[in-house]
Order: sequence, then structure tokens, then C-alpha cells
Amino acid sequence: MTDSAVQDVAAPSAKLAEKMSVRSLDFYYGDHRALKSVNVKFYANQVTALIGPSGCGKSTLLRVLNRMYDLYPRQRAEGEVLLDGENILDPKLDLNSLRARVGMVFQKPTPFPMSIYENIAFGVRLYEKLGRADMDERVEAALRGAALWDEVKDKLTTSGLSLSGGQQQRLCIARTIAIKPEMILFDEPASALDPISTAKIEELIDELRADYTIAIVTHNMQQAVRVSQFTAFMYLGELVEFDQTDRIFTAPRERRTQDYITGRFG
Amino acid sequence: MSRLQASRKARSAIVMGLCYASAGLGLLALALILGTLVWNGFSGFSLSVFTRMTPPPGSAGGLLNAIAGSLIMTFFGVLIGAPLGVFAGTYMAEYGRDTHLTTVVRFINDVLLSAPSIVIGLFVYEIAVVPMGHFSAIAGSIALALLVVPVVVRTTEDMLNLVPGTLREAATALGLPRAMVIRHVAYKAARSGLITGLLLAIARISGETAPLLFTSLNNQFWSSNLNAPMASLPAVIFQFAMSPYKEWQALAWVGALLITFAVLTLSIAARVLGSQRTSQ
Repeated sequence: MTDSAVQDVAAPSAKLAEKMSVRSLDFYYGDHRALKSVNVKFYANQVTALIGPSGCGKSTLLRVLNRMYDLYPRQRAEGEVLLDGENILDPKLDLNSLRARVGMVFQKPTPFPMSIYENIAFGVRLYEKLGRADMDERVEAALRGAALWDEVKDKLTTSGLSLSGGQQQRLCIARTIAIKPEMILFDEPASALDPISTAKIEELIDELRADYTIAIVTHNMQQAVRVSQFTAFMYLGELVEFDQTDRIFTAPRERRTQDYITGRFG
Repeated sequence: MSRLQASRKARSAIVMGLCYASAGLGLLALALILGTLVWNGFSGFSLSVFTRMTPPPGSAGGLLNAIAGSLIMTFFGVLIGAPLGVFAGTYMAEYGRDTHLTTVVRFINDVLLSAPSIVIGLFVYEIAVVPMGHFSAIAGSIALALLVVPVVVRTTEDMLNLVPGTLREAATALGLPRAMVIRHVAYKAARSGLITGLLLAIARISGETAPLLFTSLNNQFWSSNLNAPMASLPAVIFQFAMSPYKEWQALAWVGALLITFAVLTLSIAARVLGSQRTSQ
């Protein structure tokens, strides 16, 4: 898709601020080119959904945004990803502080093998020296923010692994917001959860929008409609169409988008 | 049709019978060994086993110096060997996964794991005992450490490999540097497995005789000098069991009983810890 197509989209509301901007991004797994000249924008305090069939590169794109791919040799990205105007693909960038600004929640809940309290305090201690009372307060705020406080307030010292799947996922969200990031990446955060837990997570994402910029990968199109304001449709490593969610799902400009959202393939 | 079924049933019965028989044979052997051990061990058992030194032939005594020597050398063997093993295993699982070096180290480690312990004893004799000019507890500890290393390397690597990659990614996504991901998340997730490996390593070395005969030799008296020969339960058992003296033979049985129960306890502890990890 051309750059001008992205610019068209910026029009709907002039008040939207660009938090992150991806420009002609190519991504390689070894010799395999998994992303082809992708352009997309993430607006502040908006939820942007990345949709598309399996293997289209939506998770790959997400993992570029906090440079998670750096963990693995033979994976590399080319192009520009600007976070508040700063290119995060710059090799000189400090990865740990990038990841403090851009948090991530994974498909499978990943509580650490420690208590519920420690799961949250652990990350906070990396960045701030808090006294006992301040830390208690921070942990409570994070758990409240993740709509988990009422369920766990009486068992903060029990293992995070003892929680149910949906609770574990909210614990992971609490852990992420406790270190006060600016942006949160969700990689299919509800695909391993039951419908009730899924609804809770979706509700939560909508609330989190007030404070954070959110990107969410989902293969569930209804979910994209429910939680997002913007949607990017990806196919075979290309970004086919990026627009406001209601337009993507009611009046897509691209034939491939229409075929996908009407279930003709995917 | 029914004839076919009948022949299948008959074959099944035969094979099942063979299975039960071999299981029974194994258990019988174990029961006989433990039974003899307990029978002979307990008859020589008394408080003086823990309070008196190994006696000269023909008089009464205990195993205090041998028990202390075994504990001291096992302690130093683990102290030297376990960190080496944990570090190597950590490199292999966390930093050097799929590298050439890891493949080579893993292969050598497997060789070391199955190397006869007498070879380790001879090796340490050459590199420690000969240059120092005498047998010593230090040499004994080094020999035991060389037996600890491969066990700990193997369990450390295996246990860390079992830690899901998603957990490492999650920790990384919080902005943790790699060293902290390993120390605070991977080690924690693998903790009971790592302890199990350590217990198995201790169990492995606490009964070793051959490497000690070449390195710490034996000592009839109390000695806490690491630079001198030191008694150990296996060496004392070896010496006393082969002797013609009744008192010595009785003490050898007691020593064997002590080692067996120590190893049994360690193995059970390792099992319990291991099952805790999988049930989590």
C-alpha cells in the first residue's frame, strides 16, 4: 500500500496525535521476507487492531514495535519505526528502556513463578526505588487497573500460577501497566481464554485506552470491531488497508479486505 | 475367530507372566540386598559409631573420622563442581543454544557422565597427588567435583530448556536485561529441577570409592587437614570389608548401611521435588 493511502486516514479527526509511525518496514527471518514495505500509524489513546489470516505478518509487525525480535539471531528489520519521532530501529537505542515504554501482553498468560504481589513489584523495582507503602500502593493501583484487585486482594502472597487463565492474563496486564508504559502491545491476548474472560479483557482494553496507546493483534474480526478504533488488514506480509475500524468493516476500499472480512478466505 | 482370540490371550498371559517375573526378580534382589544390609548393619550399630574413630584391628571403635571425611569431601566436591556445572549448563541453555560450542560441550559432557570413576581417580592422581607428593583431601574433593560437574551440567541444561520461551519473552518485554531474566525468572522457574540435579549429584558421589582410593586414600585417625589424607566411608568400607577382623567387618556393614540410607534419602527428596515441579 502506498504512503498516500495512510495519509488519507489521518484526516478523520485532526485532534489525533501520532504515537508511533511505521514507515516502509521490511522484516526478514533469515532470507525470508516476512514484511514488505509496511506503513502504518498508531494514534495516541486509540486502539489499533491488526487483522489478517495466519502467517500474514501481524504478530511479526507487533514484535518489531518493542524489538522483541532482537532476542533471536537471524531476524532483522529495515525501515523506520518512529516512537514520538525517534527511530526505535536505531541499533544504538537502549532496548530495555524502549521495552519499559512499550509494554507487551502475550497470547498465553505468562505469570512469573512468584507471588501475585511479586509478579508486579518485580518489574517496578527495575525502574524505581519505592518504599514499602508506595510499592503496596503501586501494586494495588496496577491490580485495580487490570480489574483484578477484588479477586486477589486477600491472597497477594500466593503464587501467580495458582490463578485461573483469565486472571493470569489480567495479572500480566497489571504487571505491564505497573511500570507505566506509554504504549501496550497485545498479541492475541484472549485467544487462550474462555468467553467470559475474553469479555473482561476486551472491556479492560477499552478502559486502558484512556491512558495508553494500544495495538492489538487478533484473528477474531468481531473482537477487532468491538475493541478498536483503527484497523490494519494485512495479507502475505503486506499491509493491504489501514483505516478507521468502522470503515474497514463497512466500506473497505480494497477487494482483498472485503473478501477477508466477509469470510471468503482466511 | 475365538481360536485367534484364545491364542492372543495365551500370548498375552505369557508375556505378562514374564513381566511380573522380571519385576519380581528385581525387587527380590533389592529386598535381599537391603535386608542383608539392615540385618548386618543394625547388629553392629551403636552410638559409638558416631563418637569414636576407626579402631586398630582387634578392638572396638566407630566411624566418626570416616563420616566426617565423607561429609567434608562431599561438601568441597559440590562447592567446586556445582557452580561450574550450573554456569556451563546456563551457557548452553540460555546463551549458546544451537551453537557449535554447545554441541561440542554437550558431547564431551556426556562422555564425562559415563566415564568410569576410576579413570577420574587416576586423572586426579596425576594432576594433583603426584605434583603435591602425597595423598590429600583436596585431591579427593577435586575428584568428586569432576564427578559432580557432568551431572549438574546435564540437569541444568535440561531444566532450563524446559522453561518456556514465552516466559523469557515476557520478562524481556518488561525491560529486563538478559542476565536478570536468567537469574530472576529462568532460575526461579527451574529451581526445583536444579535442586534435584544437585541432590542427584551428591547421591552419585557419596558412594564413590575408586576415585578416593587414588586421591584422599584413607586415614585411621581424626583429621580435618585438607592437605593430608582423609578417611571416607567408602574407603573404610573397602578396607574393613576385605579384612579378616570381625570388628572391622561389622563396622563395614554399618558404614554401608549409612551410605545406603543417605543415598536413599537424597533420591527420595529428589523425587519429591521433581514431582512438585511437574504438578505445578
